[in-house]
Amino acid sequence: MQTKLFKLLPLMAAVTLAACSKPEEKKAAPAADAAKPAAAAAGDSIVVKIGSGAPKSGEIAHLGKDNENGAQLAVNEINAKGDLKIGGKKVTLELVGEDDAGDPKQGPVVAQKLVDAGAVAVVGHLNSGVSIPANKVYADAGMVQVSPSSTNPDYTLKGNKTPKGSVSSYRVVATDAKQGPSVAKFIMEKGAKNVVVLDDATQYGKGLADQVEKTLKDGKVNVVAREAATDKTTDFKAILTKVKAMNPDYIFWGGMDATAAPLVKQMKELGLKATLASADGACTEKLIELAGDAAEGVICSVAGFPLEKMAKGKEFVANYEKAFSGQKVQIYSPFAYDAVYAIVDAMKKADSADREAIAAAMPKVSIDGLIGKIEFEPTGDIKGGAITIYNIGAKKLNVATIIQ
Amino acid sequence: MLETLVQTLINGIVVGSIYAMVALGYTMVYGILGIINFAHGEVMMIGAMVAMTVATLLLKAGLPVLLVLILAAIAAMVVCMILSYTIEKVAYRPLRNAPKLAPLITAIGVSFLLQSIAQLVWGLEHFPFPELLPSKRIILFGDVGITMREIVIVIVSLIMMTGLLTLVNKTKLGRAMRATSENVGVTGLMGVNPNKVISATFMIGAALAAIAGILYAMNAGGKVHFFMGFMPGMKAFIAAVLGGIGNIPGAVVGGLALGLAEALGAGYISSEYQDVFAFVVLVVVLIFRPSGLLGQRTADRA
Repeated sequence: MQTKLFKLLPLMAAVTLAACSKPEEKKAAPAADAAKPAAAAAGDSIVVKIGSGAPKSGEIAHLGKDNENGAQLAVNEINAKGDLKIGGKKVTLELVGEDDAGDPKQGPVVAQKLVDAGAVAVVGHLNSGVSIPANKVYADAGMVQVSPSSTNPDYTLKGNKTPKGSVSSYRVVATDAKQGPSVAKFIMEKGAKNVVVLDDATQYGKGLADQVEKTLKDGKVNVVAREAATDKTTDFKAILTKVKAMNPDYIFWGGMDATAAPLVKQMKELGLKATLASADGACTEKLIELAGDAAEGVICSVAGFPLEKMAKGKEFVANYEKAFSGQKVQIYSPFAYDAVYAIVDAMKKADSADREAIAAAMPKVSIDGLIGKIEFEPTGDIKGGAITIYNIGAKKLNVATIIQ
Repeated sequence: MLETLVQTLINGIVVGSIYAMVALGYTMVYGILGIINFAHGEVMMIGAMVAMTVATLLLKAGLPVLLVLILAAIAAMVVCMILSYTIEKVAYRPLRNAPKLAPLITAIGVSFLLQSIAQLVWGLEHFPFPELLPSKRIILFGDVGITMREIVIVIVSLIMMTGLLTLVNKTKLGRAMRATSENVGVTGLMGVNPNKVISATFMIGAALAAIAGILYAMNAGGKVHFFMGFMPGMKAFIAAVLGGIGNIPGAVVGGLALGLAEALGAGYISSEYQDVFAFVVLVVVLIFRPSGLLGQRTADRA
């Protein structure tokens, strides 16, 4: 029996690996008609497809679904109003959602699927690590990608151009180049002396942690350790045991809520006195739900205004909970919602549902969105972009300060 | 320095005990049928999910914590046993005489199926697992501490192993299991119904997985998620191979060795590669001791 097993082992390893990383699907060569997007004309009305790429499976599926819901809500609203006209034709929007599993390898695959499906622009992706590799595919198709939540600066800095030279990578969220230093400065003001900086080894987490580390070091704060876990880690005891001896007063976590919760719980269990600081990925109600009492005192930031400070925030929450019963606004859905409106505004300005025409019109976008005024820098980043710092207390996210 | 080392070792033993509990299920099924039940990690996940649902409801109803723990554990065990019984009957039994590759592939299929079912039932979110065991830190000396929950985990895994050894070596069912592991066909001729024995093996393994799932959920940050079974399942499989698959004490030794290797590796080398150490240990063991730490050619399989 035993010898048989070991003959099987290489095969099992292969199968396991295949299970770990879903094999990259063969990219379908974009058919000639797919390059011409999405205008299934029916009389004097047309259907225009907008893509949505977000993780709907895996560790952060709840955030991915939230993004897609946000975009869907905007699409529903625009369709219900029925006053969107392009070239004199009534437009019905259709959201095409694809699951990228939060996996960088899936980014280009999903992008190609959306391009082939005839989407004219894309809301997504959630993770910087996915948005960045996906952008090349969108750009090559002459398409605009508007991320509601990818905060890594590289996404726009290293963004690609469409064949006609328009910027392809946009986002409606402030970058980590702004968010990281904001959190770092906040904890410095709170008297941080010895800080441990941890990240989840993703493009988002690491990029953010790098920004925080740099700001802290510039501010002469002692960064006593810089460590990384992964985006699936639930057992942080090894790292925490090691850093405990260094007596940090703050631990910064560059990662998501699903990992921040076990981290902060285990900090308390191991008797660490440090305060956890983190950023938008962990700044959610879910963190409080998962970590319970351990979440008290956590400091975290969100790129953008807090939902309750948004002019129509309450209305949005109500509409959201009505449309998707049983689900709650997580964090980025208002951004995804506005991303759809930004794309539609570009469509109106171009008076066309052509991919390149939309891309060319994007710099002219100017709307009063849910999250505030939306206009873009030439790079594709949002102009302005506030950072809100929260302090978790009494099982709630309380606004500590808003940095403009 | 010493305190950090001792704390790291404690962390390793606790995590290792959980791996050991799950590994017992792998090793039993392998011992008796010679197949790797890759769906075992997902059975564990379902156990944790069921326990979370039941415990959350009962706590809301105001039952005392200890009672909730017992009821949730029973519910999880029952569901997992029924599930495992069904899996064996549907996915493995028809393939019992097929090449060993076939049940391996259905096992992976079942594992994905269970994940999808969990997605449908519970959705994509992470759920907090109620704190049913006290997680207050007890200081041993200096800065070294352990929680009540962690002590329970270690004790439960030892009880499971001794219980299983007694079952296999001292009971009638155990004798039938040992006989079945020698030769399914001949056992049938001797008046033992091998189907019943095999079903019983799967159900015992599932009950252990349910308890392991509950303890894992509490230990790994107190949350459950449809994807949570994959990694511990993989690690437990490695632990089983490491200890000598088919060998009950081997599963425990393998689990502990793996837990310690991970804790020390993450603590002293790099935490980013915590999951990699398990696979490195697997490769090293397969090179130098292909039958596992306690495995031997004629290992007395469960």
